[in-house]
Amino acid sequence: MNPFSYARPTRIDEAISLFGPQSRYIAGGTNLLDLMKENVERPKQLIDITGLPLDSIEETADGGVRIGALVSNADLAWHALIERRYPLLAKAILAGASPQLRNMASTGGNLLQRTRCYYFYDSTVPCNKREPGTGCPARDGLNRMHAILGHSEQCIAVHPSDMCVALAALDAVVHVSGPQGERRVDFRDFHRLPGDEPERDNTLAEGELITAIELPAAGYAEHSAYLKLRDRASYAFALVSVAAALDIDGGVIRSARIALGGVAHKPWRDDAAEASLIGEAAEPPAFDRAAQLLLQGASGFEHNAFKIELARRAIKRALAEAARGTAA
Amino acid sequence: MNHSPVGQPLDRVDGPKKVTGQARYAAEFPEAGLLYGSVVNSRIAKGRIIRIDASAAEAVPGVALVLTHQNRPPVASYDEPYEDDDAGDGSPFRPLYNDRILYSGQPVALVVADNLELARYAGSLVEIEYAAEPHHTDLRARLDTAHQAEVDLPPARGDAAQALSEADIRLDLEYSTPVEHHNPMEPHASTVHYLAGGQLEIHDKTQGVQNCMRYLEGVFGMEGQIRILSPFTGGAFGSGLRPQYQLVLATMAALKLKRSVRVALKRQQMFTFGYRPRSIQRLSVGADSSGRLRALTHQAIGQTSSFEDFTEHEVEWTGMLYDCPNVKLNYQLVPLDVYTPLDMRAPGAAIGVYALECAMDELAYAAGVDPVQLRLSNYSERNQNQDLPYSSKALRECYEQGAERFGWSQRSPEPRSMREGNQLIGWGMATGVWEALQMPASAKARMGGDGKLVVSSATADIGTGTYTVMTQIAASALGLPMERVDFQLGDSSLSTAPLEGGSATVSSVGSAVQQACAGLQQKLLDAVQQMPASAFAGARLEDVDFADGSMTLKADPQQAVELEKIIAAAGELEVEVSIEPGEQRDNYATATHSAVFIEVKVDEALGTVKVSRAVSAIAAGRVINPKTAGNQIVGGVVWGIGMALHEETQMDHNLGRFMNHNLSEYHIPVNADIGEIDVLFVEEHDEVVNQLGSKGVGEIGIVGVAAAVANAIYHATGKRVRGLPITLDKLLQDASE
Repeated sequence: MNPFSYARPTRIDEAISLFGPQSRYIAGGTNLLDLMKENVERPKQLIDITGLPLDSIEETADGGVRIGALVSNADLAWHALIERRYPLLAKAILAGASPQLRNMASTGGNLLQRTRCYYFYDSTVPCNKREPGTGCPARDGLNRMHAILGHSEQCIAVHPSDMCVALAALDAVVHVSGPQGERRVDFRDFHRLPGDEPERDNTLAEGELITAIELPAAGYAEHSAYLKLRDRASYAFALVSVAAALDIDGGVIRSARIALGGVAHKPWRDDAAEASLIGEAAEPPAFDRAAQLLLQGASGFEHNAFKIELARRAIKRALAEAARGTAA
Repeated sequence: MNHSPVGQPLDRVDGPKKVTGQARYAAEFPEAGLLYGSVVNSRIAKGRIIRIDASAAEAVPGVALVLTHQNRPPVASYDEPYEDDDAGDGSPFRPLYNDRILYSGQPVALVVADNLELARYAGSLVEIEYAAEPHHTDLRARLDTAHQAEVDLPPARGDAAQALSEADIRLDLEYSTPVEHHNPMEPHASTVHYLAGGQLEIHDKTQGVQNCMRYLEGVFGMEGQIRILSPFTGGAFGSGLRPQYQLVLATMAALKLKRSVRVALKRQQMFTFGYRPRSIQRLSVGADSSGRLRALTHQAIGQTSSFEDFTEHEVEWTGMLYDCPNVKLNYQLVPLDVYTPLDMRAPGAAIGVYALECAMDELAYAAGVDPVQLRLSNYSERNQNQDLPYSSKALRECYEQGAERFGWSQRSPEPRSMREGNQLIGWGMATGVWEALQMPASAKARMGGDGKLVVSSATADIGTGTYTVMTQIAASALGLPMERVDFQLGDSSLSTAPLEGGSATVSSVGSAVQQACAGLQQKLLDAVQQMPASAFAGARLEDVDFADGSMTLKADPQQAVELEKIIAAAGELEVEVSIEPGEQRDNYATATHSAVFIEVKVDEALGTVKVSRAVSAIAAGRVINPKTAGNQIVGGVVWGIGMALHEETQMDHNLGRFMNHNLSEYHIPVNADIGEIDVLFVEEHDEVVNQLGSKGVGEIGIVGVAAAVANAIYHATGKRVRGLPITLDKLLQDASE
């Protein structure tokens, strides 16, 4: 870990004005500190944002919920409003990390966690995401955990979050403040695919700070499921995860949301797949078709090609579970 | 003896110290002015260091030293001093010896600073230029370079090739197991205290304080100037059997700076020394149509380093566990550009018996015989490898009682015949076996004026319960309450003890403790007979009892003397004994056995596996402490489940480097992976194995578990996966929806 300066502002504008070259905001620190210890991140300045007034969960005028960026993952998952109206989000959060990490990790920070690609984490080996232009050993190396959708020549890493998969499915909106003022970013536009700039995980501009996540009114509380498949029952990142949410009326699907985790550089959604379900009976044939559409263009590498078939089965299972009704 | 603590499920005597933080581990001994070292490791797998620029690191305020092969203190220049008690054939690795890089992760520099954070940061500033050479790290790609392992395998018996060709049933099977790392909770660490006279007192994480002492004495030419202490060890599982490089580096820095230095490895560095080697194993099984064995061949190919041959007992079990007239065993090694493997819990047996017991399961299906019945019909009454009878062998009872406890009779034999919704249910079983060793060992027993018994030996407690069981043995021998006995270990100045490994500590050190206490009994009797008007005049040891803190005359229990009074009259008494394994052992084979029963639930479409139930029935002679012994078996079962489903250190062969080097990506089971585990110890009386009749339980708990899980998965799914770990992708192929 390199030497750095440290500041703990109490106002949002103060935090943003402190942000300079090689600065990093820090909240729970559950990922950033690890990365600093491994010399993957070498900030000159840490701006501790835990003194900012961003830790509340409030209902919005249009029936949604606004979640402060500093609300801990644990507080969010166990919040009565979330449990009741957005059980998909609560379940996704509880499928990730460990109780200790969820107690520390912030909502905003969860969006910004970096990939768990082995090569990214080991600063003695090449990695285009860590050091652009050095190469991607994962392509011909250990790629069992890696992407089957949206990968590029430069990078085949996946985004590790569970919470973000649910937020993507729920059409969350990210509230951001920065040197240029405030803006709102649709969740699907927040993270990005690696392309030729794998070092950029998301569309935040330099110095921008996540202040809140807003959920729209539709929570799909009746028919949702989060299915996570991994190498052990807890404390492992997803090989494939599925957030499935359905609005069903008389056995017929009126609206559908499906997001995949563990398969791409961002939570993966496909409008055509979701549209294909509308007006269909909530039964396996429709689920199968949606899965095929969602996985169109998927391609694997030496060790992860199995994820395509695994994802297909997981999508069908998650949709079937959602159709049966949200599990208690 | 009344109320003997031996055989009681007592709490650990060191438990309160551990849970209150008073038990200090190697990196927790403070000293004013202590310096901290951080290791820099090689990023290439093979080649040479051509340039080191430490100037930026040295310029950081608070950095005391950047130690490399160019400026280290003098060390021995030949192999012998580096050959510790657990070394294999070859040239042991010498840390910071020269510019050669032998494996990725090799230590190449130590940065020493006022605090750990500074040392780590400065380490990132050390610039090292390498001249890389082509490396080889893939066992399967290098099978053409295999050579015979230098081990004494039992001679072939009968004619296995002929018997295989004539057998009603013949199976030719290949199994593979991956590299696994020990990953004890406590990382390896050494705190070297530099004493005024230049002697060193070192707290080290080790399973052998005297092994480390002799090693350092030899390497640095410091005969009689080094004391190693290791009172507590936070797990080791074999990783502490050899002195590890942080000990050498910390010692070098202390000698160079004439200061006290601590070096603790970080988790990632726990993947830069020994490990369980990857193996490829080929078995051929020949049997008659009823499943009676006619022939077994077992060939194992393991990886080793380019500089040492690591060998373990991997195939011998196949010639020993079942009655079979025609057996041929073979064991080969492939040298690779990696560090030397290292004994890891049940070394050899964990992987060799895995392959054998899966093959036996495959035979059971081929012959249409219940897996337990198959093993009973091939039961060996003698160890045919040695052609000796067993000193005791209650394996039959393990099968019977384990099956009963598990409910095995309710099993439906066909694969895929038991299910619950999306879940296929599978029941599988396997046998476990391990040697019941005894090594030479010494112990000292002393009783002083306070009436306390102090017993000591330079052994270790790696979480196994050594403190507790030795206290029990000593308290039992002298009829004292546990509180009046203090057992000391983990100090190289104590009586000689072997490495704490191989499940031999109770057998070896425990026997020495008992003998030392027996010697003390005699001295107490001699002393009491010197007391005026002693009622014990003319009595021999067999005429007296030691109970409730007193010596009593068996013939007249009214005649009792408190031990404290004898000591008050005679002064402090002390006995030190050194014992060898008993000659009676020569005419017998000695082993522990187990039968493991496993239930799995497999999601048919998604391939996920849950081990919902495990029963482990153990035959290990007399159990000194059912609680600590039970802990060991539960730990072994958990590890076996991890071996079956989770554990694998993944090597990037292009880079020649282990890449999942942390506990997030190197998977071991978490609580959510573990169902009910039921351990039972069957009665096994043994007067040969040692005077305690106790065989040791450190290894046996893991042996057979991975096979039982794999066999249960086959029973559930009808799919035979012959490579560990059995991850969901391996079950997904051609699984139905």
